[in-house]
Amino acid sequence: MNALVAFFARPGRATLGALASIGRVALFTLRALGAAVRPPYYFGRLIEQMLIIGWFSLPVVGLTAVFTGAALAQQIFVGGSRFNAESTVPAVTVIAIVRELGPVLGGLMVAGRVSSAMAAELGTMRVTEQIDALTTLRTDPFEYLIAPRLIAAVIVLPLLVLVSNALGVMGGFLIGTQRLGFNVTSYLATTRQYLEWDDVSSSLVKAAVFGFIIAMMGCYHGFRSMGGAAGVGRSTTNAVVSAFVLILLANLIITVLVFGT
Amino acid sequence: MKGGSIELIGVRKAFGPKIVLDHIDLKVEPGESLVVIGGSGTGKSVMLKCILGILPTDSGTIRLDGTDLASASRADRTELRSRIGMLFQGGALFDSLPVWRNITFGLTRGRATNAKAMHAKAVELLAKVGLDAPVADLKPSELSGGMQKRVALARAIAAEPEIIFFDEPTTGLDPIRADTINRLIRGLVTDLGVTAVTITHDMASVRRIADRVAMLKDGRIHWEGKVADLENSGNDYVDRFVHGRADDGETG
Ligand SMILES: Nc1ncnc2c1ncn2[C@@H]1O[C@H](COP(=O)(O)OP(=O)(O)O)[C@@H](O)[C@H]1O
Ligand SMILES: [Mg+2]
Repeated sequence: MNALVAFFARPGRATLGALASIGRVALFTLRALGAAVRPPYYFGRLIEQMLIIGWFSLPVVGLTAVFTGAALAQQIFVGGSRFNAESTVPAVTVIAIVRELGPVLGGLMVAGRVSSAMAAELGTMRVTEQIDALTTLRTDPFEYLIAPRLIAAVIVLPLLVLVSNALGVMGGFLIGTQRLGFNVTSYLATTRQYLEWDDVSSSLVKAAVFGFIIAMMGCYHGFRSMGGAAGVGRSTTNAVVSAFVLILLANLIITVLVFGT
Repeated sequence: MKGGSIELIGVRKAFGPKIVLDHIDLKVEPGESLVVIGGSGTGKSVMLKCILGILPTDSGTIRLDGTDLASASRADRTELRSRIGMLFQGGALFDSLPVWRNITFGLTRGRATNAKAMHAKAVELLAKVGLDAPVADLKPSELSGGMQKRVALARAIAAEPEIIFFDEPTTGLDPIRADTINRLIRGLVTDLGVTAVTITHDMASVRRIADRVAMLKDGRIHWEGKVADLENSGNDYVDRFVHGRADDGETG
């Protein structure tokens, strides 16, 4: 009997723990959304966050996209040549980049940069009581700290992903025309022909959702930090890992919803 | 200005199984200066955070000026907080902002408005806590611990609150600086009628600041009385605390 209880106790506790986390994240998200739509608005902080999240992510997102697009075009060429389908390189590259790799890799790179930085900054503010101090100075930490990050990430990620998509396609174009012998005009024409509005719009929706996830995970784990520097370190790791997993999960869900039928 | 009253009735606060505040009854009259003493880790800071509504209590009632902060509306809470100042034990300065914006944060509610007037105001407040004008343009990380504490003190009093909480205001200061701060706090009470609650381990501060003293121990107010009665409280633990004597076998 005791053994039986013990056997079920562990997964039971784990399930309860997971449900409690989901509940906490949900409540936190609702409070953050409330703060984002309700005045006061901190425009200065919003601009600052847009620069931090967007502008300073451009180099890493851009490089990732170019390299990935180039490698992808090369692989499609090699794979396609096995059944005389080398000519699909421009079409498959643009679809793969815009639908999947542009937003996903862009989202992951920004998550690595930004979720961790947010968790570290807010976590330090938490353990040094700066967040409590905000409250005593009549400033809602959700409005002052979280809302600008959330709004900035949701606005900026689609812009970053547009750049990521363009550079990814360019990477493929460079390999295609410089190494694989494609004609410049026809490569561009095929790319344009196969790119549809749905591809772009789903890409932007994904990006906005990823931006939301990146900011929420950074803020949530930062706010929950406790126990000094070690606690902040744990929060930072948790923020990045949970943002990665949620981005990939959200990507799968959106892909199935948009293209699954 | 007439300071506000503070009342705690049966306040209880635990972290998991650990009961920090068991049953706190405490009353502070308007314009009174109460000093809270007690061993490290007895829950003095936790008690202040409960009063400020930063930490939720498990049970009991806390009233500031007759209003229960926990059940007050958002607008009432903000209004009430505008009449309260708090000096955190660790300073809790915003390290992304220069000193002058830290000090005037409560006045502008975090915005960079009215910069010139706010900068002047900050310099004025810095003088009160014994710091020079150039400090206003430094970042908190460029200050020593004692300077940070004094900047945090300037921030706490900037909005001219009626009720001010000081969590160890003189810890980390030399005796002369500490005396400046003690006089400042006493002046706020005597000259401006502010209600002050101060946590300190420093007996010189207690004598300089307090009208009344409360000793926190085992989650309760263990002893409470006029500062004049501190020396002959008739309470063994208070006696030992005041004179800094460890009991036989007591190990921190
Ligand atoms: N956020 C928290 N979570 C868990 N325990 C806490 C928290 N804040 C304080 N404590 C515990 O409460 C006790 C009282 O802390 P505190 O009020 O800071 O002591 P002090 O009287 O020295 O100011 C300590 O044992 C501390 O570990
Ligand atoms: Mg303390």
